[in-house]
Amino acid sequence: MKLSIQINEGPYQHQAADSAYQFAKAALAKGHEIFRVFFYHDGVNNATRLAVPPQDDRNITQQWTDLQKEHDLDLVVCIAAAQRRGLMDEDEAKRQGKDANNIAEGFRISGLGQLIEAGIESDHLVTFGA
Amino acid sequence: MAKKFMYMNTKAPYGTIYALESLEVVLIGAAFEQDVSLAFIDDGVYQLTKGQNTDGIGMKNFSPTYSALGDYDVNKIYVEKESLEERGLTLDDLQHLTWEDEDEDWAEKDSIKLVSRAELADILDDQDVVLSF
Repeated sequence: MKLSIQINEGPYQHQAADSAYQFAKAALAKGHEIFRVFFYHDGVNNATRLAVPPQDDRNITQQWTDLQKEHDLDLVVCIAAAQRRGLMDEDEAKRQGKDANNIAEGFRISGLGQLIEAGIESDHLVTFGA
Repeated sequence: MAKKFMYMNTKAPYGTIYALESLEVVLIGAAFEQDVSLAFIDDGVYQLTKGQNTDGIGMKNFSPTYSALGDYDVNKIYVEKESLEERGLTLDDLQHLTWEDEDEDWAEKDSIKLVSRAELADILDDQDVVLSF
């Protein structure tokens, strides 16, 4: 089955981010295809590479980066939600005249159309949080 | 073939950002020519109340945007009757949202339809994609 995942809540504050990751991992293990993972609302904060969780805790962003590498996942961060919350990649930082960027490896920034497309192209769009 | 997209709006307009960011998805999504419906339930019904004034909270009043939805061919707006009643609201407390029907010489029609909780469950059952905010 072709699945897409929408994540609406930030890391650690809310279980949605963890549940989404566990779901993605389980779906892939069962042989399902994940068309796209879309990060929206505070969910965009899952994509920051500047988070430093305690060593004995999971690193949610790193988990996504690793899963992306292993399965060539399309991890998309909503640009409108990201701009509000200070998440940006190198290109976006340049465009906005900012002196830093913070998007972790494996994520890309794009528009809300990617969420709609995920809904159109997938058998199921599964939402976590909100 | 177009899919049926349902945007469920469940939260009050300014306490959290869900309502505003839901509206942003709806507006972008309108360009994809899908079969779009919106539903307002629970505190989400407050999003459609008329006469919103955000001067005191320093936030942008985005409620006028709802009246533009008809121009985006978003004209199926379901408001749950029980949610309104539980909050002491009636249809008169909401904005009068309309759309122009191209097939009937651009006749102006109401976009908002009051539905019961049970009716909304049936409508949801009929959707392909449900986005909840």
